[in-house]
Amino acid sequence: MSDAWLALFVFLALSLIVPLSMVGVAWLVQVRARKDSPLKLQTYECGEDQAGPTWIQFHPRYYVLALFFVLFDVEAAFMLPWGASVRELGVVEMTVFVLILLVGWGYAVKKGALRWQ
Amino acid sequence: MSGLLHGLLYGLPIITVVLTVTALGLWFERKFAARIQSRKGPTMVGPAGILQPLADVVKMLQKEQLTPASADRVLFELAPILCGAFAVATAAVVPFSPTVVAADLDIGVLYVLAVNALVLIPVWMGGWSSNNKFALIGAMRAVAQSVSYSVPMVLSALVPVILAGSMSLSDIVRYQAEHHWFALWPTIPGLPAFVLFFLSSLAEANRIPFDIPEAESELIAGITTEYTGMKFGLFYMAEYIHTVIASAVASVLFLGGWDGPFYPGLHWMVLKTLLLFASIYWVRWSLLRFRSDQLMTLCWKWLVPASLLLVMAAALFVKVGGGH
Repeated sequence: MSDAWLALFVFLALSLIVPLSMVGVAWLVQVRARKDSPLKLQTYECGEDQAGPTWIQFHPRYYVLALFFVLFDVEAAFMLPWGASVRELGVVEMTVFVLILLVGWGYAVKKGALRWQ
Repeated sequence: MSGLLHGLLYGLPIITVVLTVTALGLWFERKFAARIQSRKGPTMVGPAGILQPLADVVKMLQKEQLTPASADRVLFELAPILCGAFAVATAAVVPFSPTVVAADLDIGVLYVLAVNALVLIPVWMGGWSSNNKFALIGAMRAVAQSVSYSVPMVLSALVPVILAGSMSLSDIVRYQAEHHWFALWPTIPGLPAFVLFFLSSLAEANRIPFDIPEAESELIAGITTEYTGMKFGLFYMAEYIHTVIASAVASVLFLGGWDGPFYPGLHWMVLKTLLLFASIYWVRWSLLRFRSDQLMTLCWKWLVPASLLLVMAAALFVKVGGGH
């Protein structure tokens, strides 16, 4: 058990080293331009000067989606341990839980939370 | 101590093989797409152009690395590195054969799903810090899509967990080797759950028909618009690694992983992974892309309730004694 976790941490370290070394090597061997130009460091907007700020408030429909996600993700987090030991636990209780969730889901759909216009 | 050694001895070859398969997959996709479109694809570098990915890597290494003046520098540099790291990290728990697995965690399924979801964070970091409108819109779409599709993905991955009664990927394969592959039996939660899982992992990896986040005809290159050279390469590579590992995980969860007659387990695992991988590209080059709102409707109105029903069906199947 703890061996597997040690191995996992080694693997995680390795998987961080791979992209780090790729960027590192690229940084070393890149062909640099002889002259710097401020034009190169411009934000790309099809050749025009940047118009207005980028970091703005975004459309609220994404906020509704995030709410939906939190709801169902927490629910999935409850269901995972239940799923692994379903042989010892009840199905009825989980059915009730899922039904309550589906009612909420139906209400949100009916209210048009998922309509994108 | 032996854990450290195990991690090194298995981790290095697994990462190397995954990266090589990814490079070959790039070549394969270009060849395959070319044949579908009556072209020839890469032919110049190596026999049948098979060394083309290598040439691409050399090209990307040489490119000057630019950071736009108005970008958020720290996040901008960090995002591609994290993206590559998270994509590779998923391979840690995948059992390629009864013995070849880097870290045989007993919560393997949870680990795979969690690390899969983590890839979102660098994607968003990159899109936001670029300070570029195309990148921002691309990142917004990518996050909305991956977040939505991770719900049916988690729920459909729950079906094999319920059927096998374990969250360890090795145990799930062992159970299938003793009984049936879950995609075949029990057919009702098994086969639809497999299709659902595969579809959602396609959506998570932003592949056509789910590639609106980088729709090149409207968003230039999505989140990678401002990235040059190897940093662009890392985002690109991460996407392909993601696809390879999603195929591997799907074959572990539903197609019996390394289980198969005559040949050693590793061969079967590689064969199944490559078949799924090829089918992803078949789909990719045959279909058009959906609009963002169509994707969200498909996910939340159909896939999420369907996957909930499949989970309950699997639980019922186990309860009435079908699960041994």
